[in-house]
Amino acid sequence: MVSKAESYGWVVVFATLLAFAIPWFLWGDARLAYGLPLWLWWHIGWMALASVVFWLFTKRAWGLGITTGERA
Amino acid sequence: MTTTLQLGIVVGYLLVALAIGLVAYRVTERTAEDFYLASRTFGTVVLLFTVFATLLSAFTFFGGPDTAYAFGPEWILVMGLMDGIIFAVLWYVIGYKQWLLGNQHGYVTLGEMLGDRFASTTLRALVAVVSLFWLFPYVMLQQIGAGGALAALTGGAFPFWAGATLITGFMILYVVLAGMRGIAWTDTLQGAFMLVMVWAAALWVLVAVGGIGVPNAGLTANNPEFLALGSDFYTPGRMLTFAISIAFGVAMFPQVNQRFFAASSETVLKRSFALWPVLVLLLFVPAFILGTWAQGLGLEANIGAGESILPVILAEYTPAWFAALVIAGAIAAMMSSSDSMLLSGSSYFTRDVYRPLVDSTITERREDFLGRLGVVVFAVAALGASIWAEAGAFGAMTVGSILVEIGDLAFGGFAQLALPVIVALYWRRTTRLGMLAGVLVPQLVYIGFNFLPEVAVGTLVLFSDAYLGWGISIYCMILGALVTIAVSVATTQSPKEDTALYFEGLTAD
Repeated sequence: MVSKAESYGWVVVFATLLAFAIPWFLWGDARLAYGLPLWLWWHIGWMALASVVFWLFTKRAWGLGITTGERA
Repeated sequence: MTTTLQLGIVVGYLLVALAIGLVAYRVTERTAEDFYLASRTFGTVVLLFTVFATLLSAFTFFGGPDTAYAFGPEWILVMGLMDGIIFAVLWYVIGYKQWLLGNQHGYVTLGEMLGDRFASTTLRALVAVVSLFWLFPYVMLQQIGAGGALAALTGGAFPFWAGATLITGFMILYVVLAGMRGIAWTDTLQGAFMLVMVWAAALWVLVAVGGIGVPNAGLTANNPEFLALGSDFYTPGRMLTFAISIAFGVAMFPQVNQRFFAASSETVLKRSFALWPVLVLLLFVPAFILGTWAQGLGLEANIGAGESILPVILAEYTPAWFAALVIAGAIAAMMSSSDSMLLSGSSYFTRDVYRPLVDSTITERREDFLGRLGVVVFAVAALGASIWAEAGAFGAMTVGSILVEIGDLAFGGFAQLALPVIVALYWRRTTRLGMLAGVLVPQLVYIGFNFLPEVAVGTLVLFSDAYLGWGISIYCMILGALVTIAVSVATTQSPKEDTALYFEGLTAD
């Protein structure tokens, strides 16, 4: 069972993953690194990070809001 | 030579798929649950790739690279947010809960799951009818695409109607025989194959042109805006509208939604969920960047006139057999999306419309037969409509832009179902009337705003397809959630509704 603080933590983590999947702070930026735009490297890193976060979620908090009920 | 080769590869693919279908037929039980869901037995690899290959459509290999060729590679970010993150979150929020409920109560379709909770055959049938309304033109699109591709491949020797009929005929044979199990097996093979091919294509082109600096130099000189994030085409509003409405739409597309039921265990769902963003990354970056490189290399394809850039760049830099393999794989991708659609379309019809409304006493065996018959009827009707449409209305338009336009409209249409479903899954006070209104109202508004001519009322333009830079589908989704909640608050649950079904006793394995 996940603590209340951790549940909120997960909500914040997921919201962050959604919010910065497009790197808004690089808007208009055309810098290249190793042949690809910097923002594309951000995308590559972000997707890899998302996988790791999702994996951690399945290990620690799977079922949150579903099998544990809203009062968890 | 190339044409023969390409046709040979397409036919070869059909035969391999048919062989797999025959093997699947031999291990299939003659029940509807097995035909539609392979009796909920999918492991991680098969589940992951069957969802993946179902998502791979003509857009992945033609529309997507064409967009990256015409406007820049930012579409990769849209796909990342859409498929990699939002869809993955929905995989958990909708998919996992659906899987638990399906496992406990034997649901095969979304409508069935909702109808049971709200004790409403009307709701069940409504969800099915709305889904079929959007699914039917989408199947037509795939037939038009495949027929057109075969005609182009053979230089017109194989006319459109013959190509579309051949492919539809094959799909009927295949789906009727193999059911979900066979489709998922070929999906797995095909998804893995295309993943390898698209990387091979990107690397091949890079080596052939002499490194990534060459296309980049061309882009810097002629299209510097392509490398910068954002443009007049890629506005934040447009990128988010696409990402959000398509992601929610995908989760409600029958062939994708139904796969949520088909996992064999919770572990399978967890693993697929965690691997999903990486799979999205691996596919879309090389596929779409090829389109942008083609621009940097000065290649030309008249996208507006229906040409696609992918065959052009492959023909320029890779051997004929390799290009043929990729193009045939792309045609196969269209087919693998359609066969899943036929199957789920048939299940929505037999299970949620025919069985509850026409004959509720049919046996498992009979429903299995009806399901297969449904596939034939659905496919033949869509084929007839495709040939008719191709002969008239769509004649002068380009395959690519039709795919993107109607395709996006269907995604937006399905997206309207998502929020009412989420509200129903997570809010105990949802009522039957709330759901009926929440499903129906946004559909009508969405269709109205897309198909009615624009009307100026004072300073306001009614029936526009975007406001303040955001697509109408987003506004309709919000409306759907609000209507569901407002009507639920204003009405009371009928005694027959079973709220506990969604909230009590849901446990893991």
